[in-house]
Amino acid sequence: MSEHIVSPKLYILIFVTLMVLTGTTVYAATVDLNQYIPGLNVIVALVIATCKATLVVLFFMHAYYSTKRTQLIIIAGVFWLAIMLFMTLGDYGSRAWDAH
Amino acid sequence: MHRTGQLYGHFQTMEQQKESATLGMWIFLATEILFFGGLFLTYTINRHTYPGIFAECSKSLDLTLGGFNTVVLIASSLTMAMSVWSAQVGKKKLVTLFLTLTLFLGCVFLGVKAVEYHAKYVEHHIPGLPFEFEPGSDVATNAHAQLFFSLYFGMTGLHATHMVVGAGLLVWLIRQSLKGRFTPEYNTPVENIGLYWHFVDIVWIYLFPLLYLIDRH
Repeated sequence: MSEHIVSPKLYILIFVTLMVLTGTTVYAATVDLNQYIPGLNVIVALVIATCKATLVVLFFMHAYYSTKRTQLIIIAGVFWLAIMLFMTLGDYGSRAWDAH
Repeated sequence: MHRTGQLYGHFQTMEQQKESATLGMWIFLATEILFFGGLFLTYTINRHTYPGIFAECSKSLDLTLGGFNTVVLIASSLTMAMSVWSAQVGKKKLVTLFLTLTLFLGCVFLGVKAVEYHAKYVEHHIPGLPFEFEPGSDVATNAHAQLFFSLYFGMTGLHATHMVVGAGLLVWLIRQSLKGRFTPEYNTPVENIGLYWHFVDIVWIYLFPLLYLIDRH
């Protein structure tokens, strides 16, 4: 088998990083960031969550070591999600007649 | 039946055969992105419409239990990855150990969710049953709070259902590992069920801040 074997050391390093990011996101939620930029709290939370998800996809799920074919499927799935979220938000955001 | 890790006639190499199985799981996970994505979209629109009530409802969730569950689930991803490594280096006993640890951590997660759901029941925060966000809440507040809790139960419930399926798959893997089935030459089921498990972990990585951490200041 020519598959790349990821070492336990790297797995543990990724786990520790995920723990640090989890603590960071909890701490950031206790700070009122919205006073600086409206919506900054949720942006920070989503950026941290995406960092965590990226680490899991790349190293726990071996995407970093996978073929380009596999990586394409992963990117396609995420791209689809981005279209659904952004296009729908664009629709709601531009409804001047339905603003709450 | 693909039991011994032999090369099937329609594949040219074992690498190709293995990659096709992994690719199949990734394509399934892409459909899972569709599945959960719809709920995340619903959450986004509803939170955008009722930001104040969503923040209030978020505060009523137990942050300690939610945070603990996040640590537990990420740890279970670590043990799942370690079970794949164990198979790759031929340590068969460790395969079973790490799979069992993963299952145990998954069950801890589900147990904590049961405790949280019970707390919501006691507080009258389950939509459909007599719902009262807070004693004396008006009709509009209760209606909008029920949006949050419908999403809370819908999303964490769908997630928990996926965990139960994952637990069933882990039981099967543990039984197969006890028969010594997973070797450096053949460990595809461990790898691919691992992909499923990690995906369910990623869903929770997004659920936790969106449900529990809206406004804790």
